[in-house]
Amino acid sequence: MLTLDRLEIRQDSFELHADFALETGTVAAVIGPSGAGKSTLLNVIAGFFAPVAGRVLWEGRDITIMPPAKRPMAMLFQDNNLFPHLTVAQNVSLGIRPDLRLSPDDNTRVALALARVGLEGLDARKPAALSGGQQGRVALARVLVQRRPLILLDEPFAALGPALKAEMLDLVAALAAETGATLLMVSHDPADARRIAPVVILVADGVALPPQPTKAMLDDPPPALRDYLGQ
Amino acid sequence: MAARPFPLRRAAFSDALGWVAVALVSGFILFPLLAVFWRAGGASLPGPADWSALRFTVLQSVLSAFFSIALAVPVARALARRQFAGRGLMITLLGAPFILPVIVGVLGLLAVFGRSGIVNQAMAWVGLPPVQIYGLHGVVLAHVFFNLPLATRILLQGWQSIPAERFRLAASLGFGPRDVFHLLEWPMLRATLPGVAMVVFAICLSSFAVALTLGGGPRATTVELAIYQAFRFDFDLARAAVLAVIQIALVTLAAMLALRFSLLDGFGRGLDRIPRRWEAETLPLRLLDIVTLALVALFLMLPLGAVIWRGLAGLEGLPPPVWRAAAVSIVMALVSTVLAVGLALALAHLARRWRGIEAVGLLGIAASPLVIGTGIFLLLNPLSDPSRWAFAVTALVNAMAALPFALRVLAPALRDLEKDFGPLADSLGMRGAARLRWLILPRLRRPLGFSAGLAAALSMGDLGVIALFADPERATLPLQILRLMGAYRMDAAAGAALVLLSLSLGLFWLFDRGGRRDADA
Repeated sequence: MLTLDRLEIRQDSFELHADFALETGTVAAVIGPSGAGKSTLLNVIAGFFAPVAGRVLWEGRDITIMPPAKRPMAMLFQDNNLFPHLTVAQNVSLGIRPDLRLSPDDNTRVALALARVGLEGLDARKPAALSGGQQGRVALARVLVQRRPLILLDEPFAALGPALKAEMLDLVAALAAETGATLLMVSHDPADARRIAPVVILVADGVALPPQPTKAMLDDPPPALRDYLGQ
Repeated sequence: MAARPFPLRRAAFSDALGWVAVALVSGFILFPLLAVFWRAGGASLPGPADWSALRFTVLQSVLSAFFSIALAVPVARALARRQFAGRGLMITLLGAPFILPVIVGVLGLLAVFGRSGIVNQAMAWVGLPPVQIYGLHGVVLAHVFFNLPLATRILLQGWQSIPAERFRLAASLGFGPRDVFHLLEWPMLRATLPGVAMVVFAICLSSFAVALTLGGGPRATTVELAIYQAFRFDFDLARAAVLAVIQIALVTLAAMLALRFSLLDGFGRGLDRIPRRWEAETLPLRLLDIVTLALVALFLMLPLGAVIWRGLAGLEGLPPPVWRAAAVSIVMALVSTVLAVGLALALAHLARRWRGIEAVGLLGIAASPLVIGTGIFLLLNPLSDPSRWAFAVTALVNAMAALPFALRVLAPALRDLEKDFGPLADSLGMRGAARLRWLILPRLRRPLGFSAGLAAALSMGDLGVIALFADPERATLPLQILRLMGAYRMDAAAGAALVLLSLSLGLFWLFDRGGRRDADA
């Protein structure tokens, strides 16, 4: 269970409060107007920004001041998810060992992960030689070998076209289901939430609300969300 | 939307390396300065010869800055408004004097403007009296040769900062060349020129090698040269220290002024965009630009061509000490390069969080090599024979001299790199050696190669501290050339100069090239 315990995030005049828990194995979409603090919330959970008060807990353990790499989570950013100077296989291997000293077993895991996302035979390529969708798959293969129980997505597929983005989301949801991972994804598109996330966390007016069932929330949105959706 | 970054100690070791670099650099510069002040404290006040050196230094710097700019304005304007084959090559060549060894440039200028140079042969042929290159005008000529290209490149950036749409609007309103100058070019120049002038002025204040070869005598001695003479001819350490204090005051003042006006930014990219200039599409202006560019190309290329031409003849039968000196220079250049780039990387790492760190790197500019050399000599002299340390001290001083340039290239590159890929590397736990090996070194290849090339070429061509420290048995290649010139063995000097030129440009090319090799994405 991911618990945000009276979390308070502040920067200059920006302010965000969160106080809720998310069951292990849930897929949740974080939605809300731009500038409301969706990415900031994810960055606090991932350990890139410090809250001014409150705690972040994973399965009851306080991880509020743990460095990002030590936390039980894998994160994909809006961009720069791959190192352009490293090969596909190296990029995935970084998820196992950041110094790239892999055992034969580790190499097998990398190959299996690449096969799982449908990228067999491309391990020696550099990211620039791949399509946008293939690059997304490499990043997902890395998430797979990281074997972290919590996956955070900060709109990594926003630059892809609608069909490709849907394909990626389906893949990521399938991977999360296979491994039993909890998935938290930022999205500005309600269709993404409807597609793979049973619950949504609405971030608006300085508050991240507890998870609500997606269908109910989107069919009968509260005023803040209604303004954003333009309904 | 970035909130406060974590106060985590996740880079403790690399931070420690950075602080060691700060301590090394500031210690290496501040201790000699303290030694200079301490030694100068008990010494007599500056005498008439010292004041005369100060006056000459300021006078030649003012004249050098004035002529460099007066010539750079038409050249930059011609480059800014004309498209022609070889334009890109010409702009690249304008960057070359920066890494051209001063002694090579001086030999080239002597071959053109010297007693039996091309110009005087032409004068004699027409029946005019010969021109004399030694003295104030020779020093200024050499400084213009070295700084006109730099001034041109900075001004060209100024011209390119004027949006192309302005020139289109000017054309639609029927502006003539005079109107374009008043309304578009002059405001840019008014903002840019003071900075360029101060940069050239500040560079010329620390002129040593040019003054040593083309100046000299009581009427054409810079403060730096006077320090050297106090050392070599009188071994008057107290006087050298007093002169060093004068030089420190002078350069600090100029550096502060230069920084106020602008920052040295001569290696900018994106100089290939040329807006269409309707008002300049007239025959007289076209001819003016062609003549301007042809003359400046001649002025810059003729001396280099002469060095190569004479050098080829002198290459045969170069005395063995030249080759020995060349080997010494290569080793020293490589040591300086490793030091300069390593220190720059460590400082750039700290500068991501503490911007002020970059100022530490600039100390190397504020304190001139001869001043630092004087200080180190004062520190070493009671302990050991300073000439035994000539090579080590020179390599270190050269590294300090190259450090500001390496830092200016590396610090922004590292900052961008950390902005783009830092979060991903953090989230994957890439730290310390793994981060250096798999992220920083491969992604910074280009700026690392470029700054290493600069450091190697600058160190290779340097003629400063080594002249202060070396005894007759020890020499770098530039010093060896100076000695050959002093012995009037001009053919051998030209041959050695060609070797030095090839080595300097070759090292720059190798490093810069190495940084570009298969640098993908």
